[in-house]
Amino acid sequence: METFIPPTGAKAVYLKLRGNWMAWAGILMLLTVILMAVFAPVIAPFDPYAPVKVTIDDIYQPPSAQHWLGTDDAGRDVFSNFVYGARVSLIVGFFASFISVVIGGVIGISSGFFGGKVELILMRFTDIMLVIPDLPLAVVLVALTSPSLGNIIFVIGILGWTSTARLVRSQTLSVKERKFVLRAKAIGSGNTHIIRRHIFPLVLPLMVANSVLVISLAILEESTLSFLGLGDPTMISWGQMLNFAFTRGGVSSGAWWALLAPGLGIVWVVLGLTFLGHGLEQVFNPQLEAHHLAVGNNMVVRESKGAGNEG
Amino acid sequence: MKGKKVIPPVLEIQHLSVEFMPDKKTHLRAVEDVSFDLHEGELLGLVGESGCGKTTMMLSILRLLPGAGRITSGRVLYRGKDLLDLTEPQMSVYRWKEIAIIFQGAMNALNPVRTVRDQIAEAITCHELKTTKEKLTRRVDDLLELVGIPAARGSQYPFQFSGGMRQRVMIAMALACSPSVVIADEPTTALDVMIQAQILELLQDLSRKLGLAVILVTHDLGVVAEICDHVLVMYGGVTAEYADVDTIYNHPMHPYTIDLIRAFPNLENPLDSLISIPGYPPRLDALPRGCRFSPRCPKAFNRCHAEQPPVYSLDGVHSASCFLVEGKHA
Repeated sequence: METFIPPTGAKAVYLKLRGNWMAWAGILMLLTVILMAVFAPVIAPFDPYAPVKVTIDDIYQPPSAQHWLGTDDAGRDVFSNFVYGARVSLIVGFFASFISVVIGGVIGISSGFFGGKVELILMRFTDIMLVIPDLPLAVVLVALTSPSLGNIIFVIGILGWTSTARLVRSQTLSVKERKFVLRAKAIGSGNTHIIRRHIFPLVLPLMVANSVLVISLAILEESTLSFLGLGDPTMISWGQMLNFAFTRGGVSSGAWWALLAPGLGIVWVVLGLTFLGHGLEQVFNPQLEAHHLAVGNNMVVRESKGAGNEG
Repeated sequence: MKGKKVIPPVLEIQHLSVEFMPDKKTHLRAVEDVSFDLHEGELLGLVGESGCGKTTMMLSILRLLPGAGRITSGRVLYRGKDLLDLTEPQMSVYRWKEIAIIFQGAMNALNPVRTVRDQIAEAITCHELKTTKEKLTRRVDDLLELVGIPAARGSQYPFQFSGGMRQRVMIAMALACSPSVVIADEPTTALDVMIQAQILELLQDLSRKLGLAVILVTHDLGVVAEICDHVLVMYGGVTAEYADVDTIYNHPMHPYTIDLIRAFPNLENPLDSLISIPGYPPRLDALPRGCRFSPRCPKAFNRCHAEQPPVYSLDGVHSASCFLVEGKHA
């Protein structure tokens, strides 16, 4: 008889994601933004970084056939700015959250696994970082260094890891107590091996789901910093567009188009990431998972085709 | 008799005591003064109610006690070498390569996100760093076939295996480094009777074929009678009785052993003689004065409530800790 081997790896993830509308909505929303950022030069009708000659009439023009979303305070095309702004938001979001998740993962796993003094020191440090309000600290740090893209990524990255550290620590604590960790010890394997082969693979899914949420926070934080005038002055980001519209008379002159696009863009990305994050959490968190024989699960679907066996 | 004593035992446990210290003031004596020998090819049955220190003792042999537990006295001699003197890295060399353990509840002892093959291979690569990939694959295949699992299923995950198969995977894993001693901690719990029989037969078979010494921790006296050579009956962390399997069943001396045997259905003396022992095993934080079994013992007298009986050795390996055998010991 042919041995039935259920799908593993990417296929298993696909099968699990199949019925999860939240994850798909998130993926779809995110994909539109990523495509927009990647193909910005193709999509945008104007180059926002090119020098333009403006007259007073070009400022805050309402949407028209030439400028789909109107023009901003400098007479530049809002739609082009919006398309290019997605790049900064995504770059900051991905890289800053990468830094955060790595720091949070290392601190969470080591404090959870080693316990004792290591845990005491690391978790008190985490608590301190947790109670310091992120935004004022980020403002100070960005102001002290120069507001370049790299610095903004770095500052957001080293401030955003606390929730990841706590989550990873709690997951590590629960995984650590499981029998196969004791078995791994009984086999004679050392701590590094146990962390790498037994703890990390079981913490990773939660880290992935969490990192998606961290990305959305990082994007929000970048927008906030830019809105407060601490963004990289050489790059257009959604936060910066809001900043210009707000401080340069866009609001008082009724130019809603200058605010609407970047504002909705931020909401769109953050919402998409949140959907995806929660969807992934449902897939990866074993506590939220249905029984492996539950209706709709891939094992049942496959077994009913008559391929199942039990050696 | 004399010829047997010339061969040194593989594993000697001498006066082992284990304490749990959940805080600085509390000392819970989980195992006290337990001794036994284990020879090559021998199957030792370790029986007793839940919470009488069986698993604790097995974990302390491998020095895997959880944080609050510590070995307070005694020696664990593996081929004459005291494992308790080793440093942690030295100890890891002995783990699995010399003494392997099959844990209670096989599902939990397998990592759910890694394939079965990968996990068996892990045990090998941990001790033999230089094996080639082909050799490793062949070895794992052999091990799987040895315990009756098609090698092709090695690439599956633990959740795709039934309980009995997982248990067999654990046995395969235990044999991966060809250890001399295998500790099987309730290998048949939560398995149905047919699978139980298969697993136990497999263990017995392997012990005979490979000369393995096996410690079988179990609640099931029927199993012990069937496959074990020696039996250690524990009660509340102390040795109640230790003897070869015939003596335990035909001439038990300790009242606890007697009651335990009578509490099990038996084909020769059918159900009418079945009894249950009233009460519960002692709690470690409220141990009775005197003999730990005295509150439940039908034959207890004044002295039993006042002092803990020592382990009296009777003829041969037979020993029991009960004042009733005091006059009879050698």
